[in-house]
Amino acid sequence: MLAGKRPTAEAGGRPRVRLAANAALAVIGLCFVLPLAWLLLASVDPHAGYETRWPQSPSFANFAAVLTPGLLFQPLTNSFLLSAGTAVVNLAVAVLAAYPLSRYQSRFNKPFLYAILFGTSLPVTAIMVPVYGLFVQLQLLDSMPATIFFMATTTLPMAIWMTKNFMDSVPLELEEAAWMDGASGLATLRRIVVPLMRQGLGVVFIFVFIQAWGNFFVPFILLLSTSKQPAAVSVFSFFGQHGAIAYGELAAFSILYSVPVLILYTVVARGSGSAFALSGAMKG
Amino acid sequence: MLAPVAWSFYASFTNAALSGKAALNPQWVGLDNYARMLTDSVFPLSAWLTVVFVAVSAILGQNALGLVIALLMTRSGGATASLVGTVVVASWILPEIVAAFAAYAYFSQDGTLNQLLGMFGVQGTNWLYAFPMAAIILANVWRGTAFSMLVYRAALSQVPRDVSEAALMDGARGWQRLAFITLPIIRGSIATNLMLITLQTLAVFTLIWVMTAGGPSNASTTLPVLAYQEAFKLGDIGYGTAIASVLILIGVVFGAVYVRLIRGAKP
Repeated sequence: MLAGKRPTAEAGGRPRVRLAANAALAVIGLCFVLPLAWLLLASVDPHAGYETRWPQSPSFANFAAVLTPGLLFQPLTNSFLLSAGTAVVNLAVAVLAAYPLSRYQSRFNKPFLYAILFGTSLPVTAIMVPVYGLFVQLQLLDSMPATIFFMATTTLPMAIWMTKNFMDSVPLELEEAAWMDGASGLATLRRIVVPLMRQGLGVVFIFVFIQAWGNFFVPFILLLSTSKQPAAVSVFSFFGQHGAIAYGELAAFSILYSVPVLILYTVVARGSGSAFALSGAMKG
Repeated sequence: MLAPVAWSFYASFTNAALSGKAALNPQWVGLDNYARMLTDSVFPLSAWLTVVFVAVSAILGQNALGLVIALLMTRSGGATASLVGTVVVASWILPEIVAAFAAYAYFSQDGTLNQLLGMFGVQGTNWLYAFPMAAIILANVWRGTAFSMLVYRAALSQVPRDVSEAALMDGARGWQRLAFITLPIIRGSIATNLMLITLQTLAVFTLIWVMTAGGPSNASTTLPVLAYQEAFKLGDIGYGTAIASVLILIGVVFGAVYVRLIRGAKP
């Protein structure tokens, strides 16, 4: 439907092309925004259902209703602990793993990098069943630290890959100067390389954090007690178990839960251009 | 990462279960689980649905739409492009469970889609029940296109301007320049993108689970959903793991092709 509008109008001259492209983009944009309309409207409508409509009496009652420790703060704190924990573990391991990969030529480098790349391609949903079995055997079920470590392993390949690419752009000369002065490898890493790639590391941190924040499946399987579940899981039980779904509250909760990652993404996109973050992940 | 994979292959040859005798002492059952797959009525259906889901929503939908949006953006520029880009990216950045709720509401009986159709006098149906595959495919296109769009925007921005201008001078029409110049230049990005979105879509669980839970009567049960149901709902860890192993194998095959492509791209 849209393909026809694309570049065929070229013969008609620039302004017409631009107009056609704008029109086509506007239609696509509308299609993308429609599913979100319900979320936004229902959140301020105390009598919301699955219909999309202007609220009769718009209010923040839904937000007020979910702003309780049990419903909102506890799950969001759990989400934060899981995501921040995962990102910290990732960053620490990724820096240590990326350093030799970036700085020393070894014949194990390439196979290792390809293995990492390979690791990014394993579907996490497929690994969950055996991991659950493993967690049962090791009696780690319902343990926050164990869940953090598992979530960290799932995002680690991508984190190492990105970190290595960022590290490659830190000039070697500065480090060599430090070695001359007798600094050890680990000291140069900590004092020189890491500070210089601060921005890149920020991107990796936020990238992992966003992924962990939105992760539903892993905590859904590995964390059992309600007090440990992150928002992704608690909002699901909110939706599934109450007989009558409080649609408005569900929408309000969803928005409050989404805001942190939307802000974080904007920070990355503003600071470095979203293409930059992606190129860190994509270039080979 | 490797330990669970190894364990997974081992467990797929046992009758490990969530509860009962087999939970404590799983027995080696050889290829039983795999043989059961072949006779199971749901497994072939589920494998087929997975293929359809990946082919239509990722390879056709996300990939083509992402490319179209990126191309349109290079021709429009300005406010429309950045506004549409923001909207597309927003549905990608949203936590998966929130996106799934929004898609559920959109396709439900009283949802936005039917309200829109109603405006044109068309009587909608309960899409999640009548056309569950179509609903989850569209939802996955909606959610995932941003990734392809970003990849192609980055790729297109690196296509040298003078090459396409030279072609324009030679009188090449829009679609000719696209087919013979632009697409061959960004070939590498297309391959990488296809591989990544294929693998991402292969693993989609939450979206389907929230929207249809695999139903009605398995009409939208892809392999991740089936593995989950067998292992956690029916308690048959051994069989669930066997299904998961098949999924891992598919991922491994795609991963191998992916690594090859990247290797080939820069010798």
